[in-house]
Amino acid sequence: MDLINQPLPWYIAGPLIAITMLSLLLVGKNFGMSSNLRTMCTALGADKTCDFFCFDWKGQRWNLLVMLGAVIGGFIAVNYLSGSNTPEINPEVINNLKVLGFESAGSNYLPLELFGTSVFSSVKGIFILLIGGILVGFGARYAGGCTSGHAISGLSNLQLPSLIAVIGFFIGGLVMVHLIFPLIF
Amino acid sequence: MKGIVYLVIGIFFGIVMLKSEAASWFRIYEMFQFKAFHMYGIIGSALALGVIFIQLIKRYKIKTFNGEQIHFTDKNKSVYRYLFGGIIFGLGWALAGACPGPMFTLLGAGFFPIIIVILGALLGTWFYGLLKNKLPH
Repeated sequence: MDLINQPLPWYIAGPLIAITMLSLLLVGKNFGMSSNLRTMCTALGADKTCDFFCFDWKGQRWNLLVMLGAVIGGFIAVNYLSGSNTPEINPEVINNLKVLGFESAGSNYLPLELFGTSVFSSVKGIFILLIGGILVGFGARYAGGCTSGHAISGLSNLQLPSLIAVIGFFIGGLVMVHLIFPLIF
Repeated sequence: MKGIVYLVIGIFFGIVMLKSEAASWFRIYEMFQFKAFHMYGIIGSALALGVIFIQLIKRYKIKTFNGEQIHFTDKNKSVYRYLFGGIIFGLGWALAGACPGPMFTLLGAGFFPIIIVILGALLGTWFYGLLKNKLPH
């Protein structure tokens, strides 16, 4: 019972993600979460603005259910499985973050500076989260997939385009963390 | 009725994302600092097993539970869209600390500011749709 309250080690989590992909393949679908963003845009009326959103979004209902499941999974993990315990990140990283002004590093699941409810009254905080989201949404569609579609599904199928995309993910991530973070935090 | 299957797969995935800490902004930051093996271990082991699964499906022509053929379509060959799109995605992934799966898991977990990230992701997707024909692919 105590095991359930422990974080999942990488060698359990990774295979469970592969099993998620396999399960979807075995029911005739593909693992890719960012497609849901396009589906939601269409459902919200974006099909009136350009062709890219003109498709039968109801055919993607299954993926919206996967997404809804991911929401419920988050609820279950936090409320019944001690899911929001503080990750044991590298002490050096905690120090780095404190220098940048993230006082909550090492004592929370997410940085309170960005994900505490006080962020709703911080223009800078809202701006950072909004820009982060825009880049994720834009980039995922431009690249034709995100971490699940390219890094897991695509690379598992040995797709060169997915390798290029994942290299791109890392270039972007490294530039953000090493070059842009010192400027904005 | 089949909807339940998708819902259950999603719940499973959501629990794994949160419990493995792959949904933690701190873990993503740590990954891009190369200061821990954790995230690389998750992606690497998922991939190692994923490659085996797909090879087995192809070699033994494993069918879906409904008896249909499992199709794998090759992604279109190009460099621009994957590289530029990938870089833009990576910038956002590091800044918001969440990719399109975990952002929904975090919503369920009660971290409500993630709503701003989700709203941004919808806007970003819409912007892409508007600009698609003007971008190099």
